[in-house]
Amino acid sequence: MLEEVSTKKSVAALRTDVKISEEGLLTDDFVRQLINVGEVDILVGLPTYNNAKTVGPVVAAIQSGILQWFPRDRAAIINTDAGSRDGTPEMVVGASIDDVRRREFNRLALRTLHSISMQYGSTVARGTALRTVLSAGELLQAKATAIISPDSTNIQSDWLRDLLKPICRDNFDLVLPTYARHKFEGILVTNLLYPMTRALYGLRIREPYASEFAFSSRLGSQFLAQNQWNDDGAGEGSEVRLTLAAITGGLRIGQSFLGAKNHTDRHAADLVPALRQTVGVLFWSMDPNFLLWSSKTGSQPIPTTGAEQEFTHDPRRVNRKRLHEMFRSGVAELASVFQSILSAATLEELQKIAGLAEEDFHYSAELWVRTVYEFAAAHHKAVISRDHIVQALAPLFRGRALTFLMENRNSSADRVEANIESLCLEFERLKPYLLEMWSGKK
Amino acid sequence: MREMIVSELTQAVQELARGFARFLPRLIVLVIIAFAGWVIAYLLKILARSILRLIRFDRLSDNAGASQLLAKAALPPSSELVSRFVFWVGWLGFILLGISVLGIFGLQEHIARFFLFLPRLFAAMLIMFLGLLAASFFSRAALLAAVNSNLPSPRFLANSIRGIIIVFALSMVFEELDIAQQTVLVAFGIAFGAIMLGLAIAFGTGGKELAQRFLESRLRHRHEEEKNEDELSPL
Repeated sequence: MLEEVSTKKSVAALRTDVKISEEGLLTDDFVRQLINVGEVDILVGLPTYNNAKTVGPVVAAIQSGILQWFPRDRAAIINTDAGSRDGTPEMVVGASIDDVRRREFNRLALRTLHSISMQYGSTVARGTALRTVLSAGELLQAKATAIISPDSTNIQSDWLRDLLKPICRDNFDLVLPTYARHKFEGILVTNLLYPMTRALYGLRIREPYASEFAFSSRLGSQFLAQNQWNDDGAGEGSEVRLTLAAITGGLRIGQSFLGAKNHTDRHAADLVPALRQTVGVLFWSMDPNFLLWSSKTGSQPIPTTGAEQEFTHDPRRVNRKRLHEMFRSGVAELASVFQSILSAATLEELQKIAGLAEEDFHYSAELWVRTVYEFAAAHHKAVISRDHIVQALAPLFRGRALTFLMENRNSSADRVEANIESLCLEFERLKPYLLEMWSGKK
Repeated sequence: MREMIVSELTQAVQELARGFARFLPRLIVLVIIAFAGWVIAYLLKILARSILRLIRFDRLSDNAGASQLLAKAALPPSSELVSRFVFWVGWLGFILLGISVLGIFGLQEHIARFFLFLPRLFAAMLIMFLGLLAASFFSRAALLAAVNSNLPSPRFLANSIRGIIIVFALSMVFEELDIAQQTVLVAFGIAFGAIMLGLAIAFGTGGKELAQRFLESRLRHRHEEEKNEDELSPL
């Protein structure tokens, strides 16, 4: 009788919390399921949208990881779905842990593993998906939460250990992945996002935009409370926002090497959305954090488990001619837009290299860094619509990507790494130029 | 006879003198109002200039493409132009107010009409400015989207969008100012109809083969593009 009263009280308290914190976001049914789960130690968030083809092995790997590495912990899988029509949520919720148990361990788990699904909308909104997981994590008082991409078909059960153990055991607040990637995979990360984040905030975070990561309850609660979720575009690039929140909040950040990762969900055609989600958010973060980044010089490595980065060399199809053509036409057609964003000298240099033939084409690291910094300053001053500034970077990025491809065509992994390091140092060296542009001295 | 002429002349001069005596204070009032109006209009000009600088009106004007138009016409920057406009409209208003004190028959009605026209003039200017702003924003958005999607003739597309929005804004301005409504309506209808008819004829008959080639090349180009899709992800 006493136990029943206590349960009713805790249920009422949870309901009140939900109403106060995230009214309208979590459905009643979802809240009821969360209440049934009670408290957990670790939570795994799985944002999905029509991932029936790949989600099965991913859920199995998550279950396997929990059984293997966290058998004594209370755990739950939260699936936030964008309205899949291929039965993805049913597959997540219906995946039986008994199969994994029998197949891999032949033993019983000490705890029940809960799988809950919630449809948050009818279109993909990564920000809302993350917010839902954060809210659920707060209600369940999860000590650590991992987010796993549903199309990471080569996920290993070790990934959960590598992401969650540093948080549970070593009190890290954010654990980001590093992968074994093709040397030309993620050029936006290696040529802009990583070097610029490093130059700005002084931390060598290889994957500021990650599809797999883990965070502590402290970071989760802070981010949930501080992030301006209702702002225009706040949902975009929420992964980068979380990383930036950890950096600016002075929290402990680590990296874990996860091995190879398939990028089935990311295509080259998605360059503009990719720029919005990463570079747009990075530029956006510079205004409120000016005092922090303007005082940083140089950079420091962050604690890393395993390799910092590995590069593979298997042959890939890249249309260099198309990259060259799109850079040339972009510089020519967007001249009026670039006049508002870039300095006359930078624009003149860009127009000069746009006239070069493909085999002679070279977009130097220095010119690239100056271009990016001038874009950041223009974004700060809002010389034109900020979204247009981010979009205008796309053709120039293609030019830089072409140079990176040509420079590293026959390079070994070490040489590629050295070139990326050299670019990072260029970003750090030219930081005073950014400050001059920012303050309008140039 | 002579006495009568002298008397009439004296009377006329006296009436003229009386009329002048009656008119002189009004004239002085006009001069005072005009002077006070100049001072007030000048203050308004300074105030308008400060407000426009505070809200970065010149940058807004740059974005709208209005600055380029003004520069081509050798006119001052838009914030200076608007503040000068405020000065002249303000001063002219005070002068007209002063003139109405003179009590000239028939003029008062025109003056009243001028004051009634002012709000519409400001509304028309605002519509034009917002139209230019929208034209600039949407044409730039189209230009960026077309360049990033590798579409042919992105500038033509952007300029077409700019042109359509400006024409639409101009028609709204004329409607607001109540100027030649019928003429504008007819001209707009004829121009729009002519463009659509021209396009229909060009693509339907005259440019049938061209249209066919264009569509074929576009579809083939798209197909080839899909085939040439890079296997690399930017992230």
